Parts: sequence; structure tokens; C-alpha cells
Amino acid sequence: MPGPHSNRPAAKPKNAGKTLSRVMKYMFAYKLQLAAVTAAIIVSSAANVAGTYFLKPIINQYIVPYIGSNNPDMTGFISMIGILAAVYALGVAATYAYNRLMLNISTGTLYKLRTDLFTHMESLPIKYFDTHTHGELMSRYTNDIDTLREMISHGIPNLLSSVLTVTGIFAMMIVLSPVLTVLVVLVLILMLFVMKKIGGLSAKYFRKQQKEIGRVNGYIEEMIEGQKVVKVFSHEETVKSNFEKMNDELCHAATNAHTFAGILMPIIGNLSYALYSLTATAGAIMSIYGYIDIGTIASFLQYTRTFTQPLNQISQQMNSILTALAGAERIFEVLDEKPEVDEGIVELVYARENEKGELEETEIHTGKWAWRQPNKDGSITYSELKGDVRFEDVTFGYEENKTVLDGISLYAKPGQKIAFVGSTGAGKTTITNLINRFYDVPDGKIRYDGININKIRKSDLRRSLSMVLQDTHLFTGTVRENIRYGKLDATDEEVINAAKLANAHSFIMHLPQGYDTMLTSDGANLSQGQRQLIAIARAAVANPPVLILDEATSSIDTRTEALIEKGMDTLMEGRTVFVIAHRLSTVRNSNAILVLENGRIIERGDHEDLIAAQGKYYQLYTGMFELS
Amino acid sequence: MLKKLLPCLGNYKKYAVLTPVTVIGEVILEIFIPLIMARIIDVGISNNDIDYVVRMGALMVLMALFALLFGALSGRFAAVASMGFAKGIRKKLFDKIQEFSFANIDKFSTASLVTRLTTDINSVQMAFMMVIRMLVRAPIMLVSATVMAIVINARLAVIFLAAISFLSSALYFIATKAYPRFRTMLVKYDSMNASVQEDLIAIRVVKAFVREEHENEKFRKAADAVRKAQLKAEKMIILTMPIMQFAMYCCMIAISWFGGRMIIGGTLLTGELMSFISYVGQIMMSLMMITFVFVGIVMSRASILRIIEVLDEEIDIDDKNVNMDLKVGDGTIVFDSVSFSYSKNKDNPTLNECSFEIKSGETVGIIGGTGSGKTSLVQLIPRLYDVMEGRVLVGGHDVRDYRLDTLRNAVAVVLQKNVLFSGTIKENLRWGNEAAADSEIIEACKAAQAHEFITSFPEGYETDLGQGGVNVSGGQKQRLSIARALLKRPKILILDDSTSAVDTATDSKIRQALRENLKDTTKIIIAQRITSVSDADKIIVMDDGKINAIGTHEELLATNSIYREVYESQQKGAA
Repeated sequence: MPGPHSNRPAAKPKNAGKTLSRVMKYMFAYKLQLAAVTAAIIVSSAANVAGTYFLKPIINQYIVPYIGSNNPDMTGFISMIGILAAVYALGVAATYAYNRLMLNISTGTLYKLRTDLFTHMESLPIKYFDTHTHGELMSRYTNDIDTLREMISHGIPNLLSSVLTVTGIFAMMIVLSPVLTVLVVLVLILMLFVMKKIGGLSAKYFRKQQKEIGRVNGYIEEMIEGQKVVKVFSHEETVKSNFEKMNDELCHAATNAHTFAGILMPIIGNLSYALYSLTATAGAIMSIYGYIDIGTIASFLQYTRTFTQPLNQISQQMNSILTALAGAERIFEVLDEKPEVDEGIVELVYARENEKGELEETEIHTGKWAWRQPNKDGSITYSELKGDVRFEDVTFGYEENKTVLDGISLYAKPGQKIAFVGSTGAGKTTITNLINRFYDVPDGKIRYDGININKIRKSDLRRSLSMVLQDTHLFTGTVRENIRYGKLDATDEEVINAAKLANAHSFIMHLPQGYDTMLTSDGANLSQGQRQLIAIARAAVANPPVLILDEATSSIDTRTEALIEKGMDTLMEGRTVFVIAHRLSTVRNSNAILVLENGRIIERGDHEDLIAAQGKYYQLYTGMFELS
Repeated sequence: MLKKLLPCLGNYKKYAVLTPVTVIGEVILEIFIPLIMARIIDVGISNNDIDYVVRMGALMVLMALFALLFGALSGRFAAVASMGFAKGIRKKLFDKIQEFSFANIDKFSTASLVTRLTTDINSVQMAFMMVIRMLVRAPIMLVSATVMAIVINARLAVIFLAAISFLSSALYFIATKAYPRFRTMLVKYDSMNASVQEDLIAIRVVKAFVREEHENEKFRKAADAVRKAQLKAEKMIILTMPIMQFAMYCCMIAISWFGGRMIIGGTLLTGELMSFISYVGQIMMSLMMITFVFVGIVMSRASILRIIEVLDEEIDIDDKNVNMDLKVGDGTIVFDSVSFSYSKNKDNPTLNECSFEIKSGETVGIIGGTGSGKTSLVQLIPRLYDVMEGRVLVGGHDVRDYRLDTLRNAVAVVLQKNVLFSGTIKENLRWGNEAAADSEIIEACKAAQAHEFITSFPEGYETDLGQGGVNVSGGQKQRLSIARALLKRPKILILDDSTSAVDTATDSKIRQALRENLKDTTKIIIAQRITSVSDADKIIVMDDGKINAIGTHEELLATNSIYREVYESQQKGAA
């Protein structure tokens, strides 16, 4: 639908041509329909333009000559009207056709683009998500795809249609009266000049407005998010007066921006009326001198009236197309990001022991897993999945010059519980990021069951691990579905057993629909502790040999934690567990506690050893023991 | 309903009135132009009167230029009025939110308050601009053009009336059919985007459990649902253009035929026919404009309601009925049979008949499981929430008797969720006391164990914190928040689990500093760790909204089972 909406200036894409052709590639899946659309647009515009021309013959041949006659011969008139009706009917049909076909093309193209974007995004490395804000990524899906949709379904067809119409009108004007057309061209030049001038000023002030909007919105977000702190410090008056200043500035910039945007249409529209007036006058004078007939004037005048609308459309659509292309560019940037590289060749397979006691690959799910290593000579070695993790002098940093881990060495035998303690930023979570291959160590210094971790396929590696993080991240869905996330084909019994293990079963049964209760917004309808229990159940149902608990119980109070401890112990039995925690109670019975500081392991031993050593560990937890 | 917000116009009222006035001026002039053109043709040409033609032509051009002037003015006035309107609403809304109590804030959620101040105001601003311009212009043009047509030739004008009725019913039909389909599409669209956002935030879980393919499938289904819903909704909308063209073309044909015959028969002049053709365009476009504006207004209705909802909200804690001169004398606190519930639910209150007394200068610890009511209890002291039953006394007076800023300047709270604002560390700290000297600031930071890490930053106290304090860790944020509260030199200091991200050794140093520097301040410490409160003058044990016991560490160890349980669970491993 036409509208006052875009006299906004365009955000310029860096390479409009290239981006446009990439978008077109998506649309080419609908080659035939696109061809039909183009044809229909041509027909529709042609009908529109041609129809107005009919005024000339109608007036000149079928009306004026018969003025005053008593029994005029209407047959010619009727057939002319008939032809006109046919032309117009074709036009209407073509208009509907191209709009309908374009709808198919645009919804289909968007679907493809959206799914491509999402699928690709899922394959990107964790580093991408850590370095781009959620807001930024979300706006690809919302803002950028929306404007692209507008461009495909309305922008491009309207632009094409307007260009054809304007060209057609111009051509017809020249055919009707070259002299009057000169007048039109002169006024047109004036109009274009005005459009450019005002457009430029409008763009300048819109940029200013955007800046002010950014400032105001930023302030609003900050203050409202921190509203409680504002109240606690009785800072309301200061905040109000700061806001008033920003509000005034925004109003000022916005008024200027919208003024220029708002006066463009009336100016162009009325220049068009001025053109109409001049044309009528000049035409009348020419007619009096006999250079032109009334039919021509009628046709020509009507063309001047229908001339400005498409012109306006062209400038509006150009703007919105450029904005959409800028958005498309951002989308393509994401699509061009390199996905997670995985050169792993070792896979995880189901295994069983054959008669000779050797490991053999099977199709059936036996509960036993093995690593399938293809060797250079083509043979395959199978080794059992046990959960033996070793770090050998690992040094790592997220950025070039900032080392987070410095020469870390550790050895976790299968079934052992290793705890990491240390202050925030010491590198504990980084270690788990590396075990999971969310980030890679350049040198293969991490070994899993003796295999270089970089050689193991990422998906297979991750299937052998289970993580419970500090942030629960539950999905919209039922409790059952959330627990099942750990093992998509888990039976209901397995789900319930996992929940019982995590001590979540009883509270789940107390929920309104039990296991079928819907969770939304990361489980907002549950308490933090309950969410954590479900996350633990989720990890449990996956039944992995290696378990990583990263501050998994930090949001549970000590009494509740004690309740699930038994479950946690059962969960941890026979598995290699890496635990990161602040609380003494969580780490106390680990086989080894590693104290990290500034990326280095400064103390190592079990609880008694470290207490006896009276080092950092002792210091950290010394408060626990002071009896007053 | 937009009317309710009109007072926000303030000084801009005159622009809001001038806009329609200039619009009307513009329209009237535009309507007359085709009429004069008809005269030129019918009188000027027929009489070969060049003079007449030139005079009339000049008049037309003049009218067009004046219309241009009026149009430009209307654009200017409309911009001033609507931006001024938006400014007024923004100020009113923001100021109102500043008056909100915690309970009011809880009701709305911060995200929705932000949306109301941004997206919703934009929507209302655009709707307002449309109303004062297009909603004035389109109907006036429609009516005047039709009237003009009737004046020129009533019989031929019937064609217009027929076209108008046809087109308006068609547009109305399309709009009503399309609206529910659009709403369905928006719902599906929102839920698709919500699931994308969920995935973004939970990407680690997705990758850790190797669920990428699963998520992709989920998304494909959601995107397909959106595609189908969009198809269904827009199938209706695309009928508009062809129908409009159809109406216009029919008009052209009918006017040509009937008008032509009337010219032949002598009841109509050629020029008049040409002006009719001009009016076709004006009338059809006005109809389209009207529909478009209505759609825009309907879409903004939701925004208007959301803004009014906030403006109408009753503030439940304010400075009415206070004693303006009352000052807080000391840090005594008395709870007298206090019951409280966030949702004003008498049957299941969060706090149930709590009573206790705290002397000025005492250090009091509060211990209890999650949800036992500790935070709720302390938030009643600075009147962040009001009691349901009973009274809270500070400095010997009911908290409701004090001016809010007097009370809150005397009672400092360090909340569980700490917020720092953009600006330097020093600017943030000054929230506690605008006039604090640098030496006072350093003293407070030393007590909060923050001075060391602040001076380790290259720019020290002038370090910029970034939005929300992204440049500092959780433990550092907590210590800065404590320092900020200390700068108030309060009579009562409340620390709500403010050292959870700080290790025990630092925690103990902070408590030591508080003990030494704030001897006269009443200190209330809520904590998970027994060691944080074991040296308090007394400890309150809370359970399920009630005060379970009050005593010293030794007393409670001996007599209170809950306290003992917590202590032992935190001690295990000592052996």
C-alpha cells in the first residue's frame, strides 16, 4: 500500500549491486514465476498508460463531432469504449496476477533465507556468539528480514511498475504534443531539483534524529533497568532532569527531520498542479491558434496528473530498497561467516565385545561406546570410551595477547572427580570450554582416552560429555521435553529416573501438569533452584561418561543443595566429573582439587592435603572454620 | 482514546490546530483548480479569448502556489505538533515511572516499560501525525471533490457515488477479513523469533548436547508456519490494488460514455468532462488514504492503551500524609506484628506476623532458606514496599511518617542485583553522596575492599564502567555497590547477600571494616554463609515467612535446629 512512510534517507549498503544480485539468486528459484511477474507488470503499466490515451480519440472522433446532432451514430463510440474496457480489464487482471505471484515468490524466498540463516547460525563456533550481542543477531531476523520482505514483495515490483509507467507516460506525451512536453520537462527538472535538495536536508536531519534516539533510548533502558537503585538512592529528580534535556534535544532533531520529510509531498504535489495549470493554459492558447485539438489537451492534462505519483514512488522505493539491501548485506555477512571447523576423524560408535573379547562396532544401542579411529593405512582401531582426560601444559587465550590459561597440566582418571576452585576470571570455565572444543587449543595438548582431542569429531566428542552450567537455559516446552533434550530418544521411564536422580521428581509431580507442565522463558515459572534441578536431570538422562558441572548449584541454597547431593553423588558415580564451584561443600570429596589463579594451577591435592598445606585453598575457605 | 493523551500536547496545541487549518486551505485550492481548467476550455477556447485564458491560467498557477504554501506549512506544523506531542508523552510517562514504587515496577517488568517509552510512543506519534494531516485531508478532499462534481453535473456525479460506495465496502470487507489473519501471523512470527532468541542465549547447551539438527528442524517448522500464515493474510491485502484500479477504470469508462453522450446531447461541456476526470483521481486516492489511516490508527491502538495503562497506575508509596520535617534520629528498628505479601494476598503472606527490635548500632544477621522472606523483610525498612499489617518503626517513628527521600538517605540498601550505570567509577560512587570529597570516596572504597582493584585499573577512579558495568566482574560490582552505599553515611546499612560473589577472606575483611568504621550504624546482613553472620550481635533465623528464632551464634547452635542444620551442612568436610 502506498503511504507517507518512506521519505526517510537510506542506510547505504556497501555494495548494492553485489547484494542485489545475491538476493536475486534466491529469487531465481522461481524463474518462471518471475518471468510471468515481469510480463504482468509490463501489461499492467501499459494498460494504465494506454487507457488515458483513449481520451483523445474518444473526444476528438466520437464526442466533439457529434455535439448537437440529433441521432448520432454511436457504434464507433461503443466499440471504442469496448476496446478501452478490454484494455482496462487486462490491466486489472495483470495487476492482480503480479501481486499474487510476487506474494508466492516473496514468502518462499523469505522462508529459504530464514532457514538458511538459522541453520548456518547454528553451525557457527561459540566464539561468534561470544563476540556478537544477542540484540545484533536478533535484529538480522527481525528488522533486516522484514525490510527485505518489503523490498521483494513491494519495493521491486512497484519500482519496476513506476519506472515503466513514467517512461510510458513520457513517451505518450511526446506523441501527443512535443511542445507541451517541453513545458513538462522544465517543470520536471525543477521538481527533481527540489526533491534532491529537500531529500538531502531530510537525510541530514534524520541521521541526527537517529543519534538522539539512540541516546534517549540508551538512557531509558539504563535507568529503567536500574530503577530500583534509582529509588534506593532517591535519585529520581536528577534522573528526571537529565531526561528532560535529552528529550528536548530529541524533539528538536525529530521536528527538523519530519518537517523536511513532511513538506516534500505537498511541494511536489502542488508543483504538479502548477504544471497542470500551465499546461492547460498553454494548451488552450495553442488550441485557439489551431495547433492542437481538445482531445489531445484532455489526454495530455490527464497524463500530467498521473505523472507525479509514480515519480514519488520511485524516490520512495529507491530509498527503501537501499535500506533493505543494507540489511541484506548484514544477513549475508552472517551467512558468509565460517562455520565451526571440524577436522575430526574419530567417531563415537556403539560397541560390543565379540567372542574374542575385542571391541566391535554394532548398530544396536548396547550402552557401551567406543572410539572408532581410522588409521593412516586404512585400518580401524576401536578403543573403549572410558573418560580419561589429560591436559598437558595447555596455554590458551581468547585473544591474541591475553593468556587466560598458562601451562595447565592435569590428569583425570575415569571415574574421578576433579574440582576447580579459584577467583572469578582465573580460568575455570575456560578449561571446560576447551574440553568441549567450544574453543580449540592450537596444539593438540588435550587427550581424551589417549586420543588427541582435535582429532575427535566435535559432535561425537560432545555426545560423550554432559554439561550443567550456571545459567540453566531451559527451552520453551514441557518439563519432559526439556529433560529429554539430553537424550532425544529417552523413554518416559528414563526421563523419570533421571529426574529422581536429580531429586527433581517430587517437585515436578507437584506442578499443575506434572511432567507435561509448559515451561516458558527459560523456566520463569519455576524457582532458580528448581530450574537447576531440571538441568541436572537433563544432564543425567544423557548418561555420559564425562560430566562437567560449572557452578551448577550456586543458585541453590545449602539446604536444598544437601538434598540433591545424594542424587549428585549417584549421578557422579563411575563417571569422570569436572566440578567448578565456590562452595566448600560441593568440592570437599573430590579426588583432586586444583586451585587456579591467573590461569595457573597453584595448588593441587585432595581436601585434606590442601588444608594441611595451609595455602591459598586454606585461605579461601578459612572463614568456614572460625568458631567464635 | 487518543483524547486521553491530548493533555501531553501542552504548548504545541496551537500547531495541532493550525495543521488541519492549513490542510483544509490546501485542499480547497486544489479542488478549485480543475474547475477553473474547465472554464478555460469551455469559455476561453470556445470564445477564442486568449486574454481570458491567460488570466484564468495565472489564477490557477497562483492557486497552485498558494496550495503549495499551505501544504508546506501544514507539513511543518504537523511535524512540530506531533514531535511536541511525543515529547510531552515521553516526559509524562518517564516522570510517572520515576514515581513508581517497587510494587508498581514489579507489575510492569522493566522490558515492557522500556518498550512503552520507545516503540509505543513512536507508534502513537506516527498515528497522531496521520490523524492531523491525512485524516483531515482525505475526507475533506473526498467530500469537496464529490460536492464539486455534483455542482457541475449532478447526474454524472452519481457515478462517483456508486464508485465510492463500491470501493468503501470492498475496502471495509478486505480490512475486516485481513485483520484477524494478520494477528495470527504476528503471533506466529513473535513465537518464531522468541525461539530464535532462546537458541541464541542457550547456544552452549545446544552445542554441548549436539542438538543443532534438532533445533534446525524446529525452526523450519516455525518458519513454515509463518510463511503459510503470511500467505493467508496477504492474499486478502493484495486485492486492494486491483480493486482500486477496477473502480477507477470503471469510473473513467462510465464518465467517458455517459459524459460523452451528455456532451453530444448538450447537457455537459467538454471542459466539465475533463474536470470530472480529474476528480476521479482525487476521490479514489482519498478513499485509499482513509483506509490506510484507519489501519495505522488501529495498529497504534494497542500502543495507546499500553501508555495509558502506565499513566493511570496508582502509585502506592508516596509522600502523602508524611511529616515533612521529620528526621531520622538513630538506627533503631522495630517490627511490630508485620505481615506482608507482594500480591496483597492475606491467605498466603510472604511475611507472617514478624516482630523484633534492633538497637541502634547493632550488627544483625539474617539467615534462612530460599524464599523464607529475608529480602522481603529488609525491603520494608526503607519503605520500598509497604506492610500489609503491623508497623515498621525506624528511629522511633513509623516509616510512613517520613518523607521518602529523608528515609532513604538514612537507610542504605545494597540490593541482591547490583546495577552500576554508565559513567566513571567516581560518578557511580557519587550516587551515594553528590558532594562527597575524594578522601571520603577513597575511605569508603577501602572499607568495601574496592580501593585496591580500582587503583589497579590504568585510569583508577576515572575508569569508565560501560553500560551496566560490563568492565568489572561480579565481585567487583558488589564491592563498588557497597562503597556507594557507605558514602551515604547512613543510620542503617542493609546488605542483601551482597558478598555472594566475593570469596570468604574478602568478605571477612569487609565485615571487619564495617565493624570499625561504622560503629554507630545499624548493620543488617543477609547471607547464605553462616560465617558471614556468626559474629553478629544477634542473628534472626527466618523460615517460611516467620521469625523462627533470634539469638547469638552460640545460642542458636545450641537451641535452633534449622540454624544447626545449615551450619553443619556448610561445615562438612572439616573432618
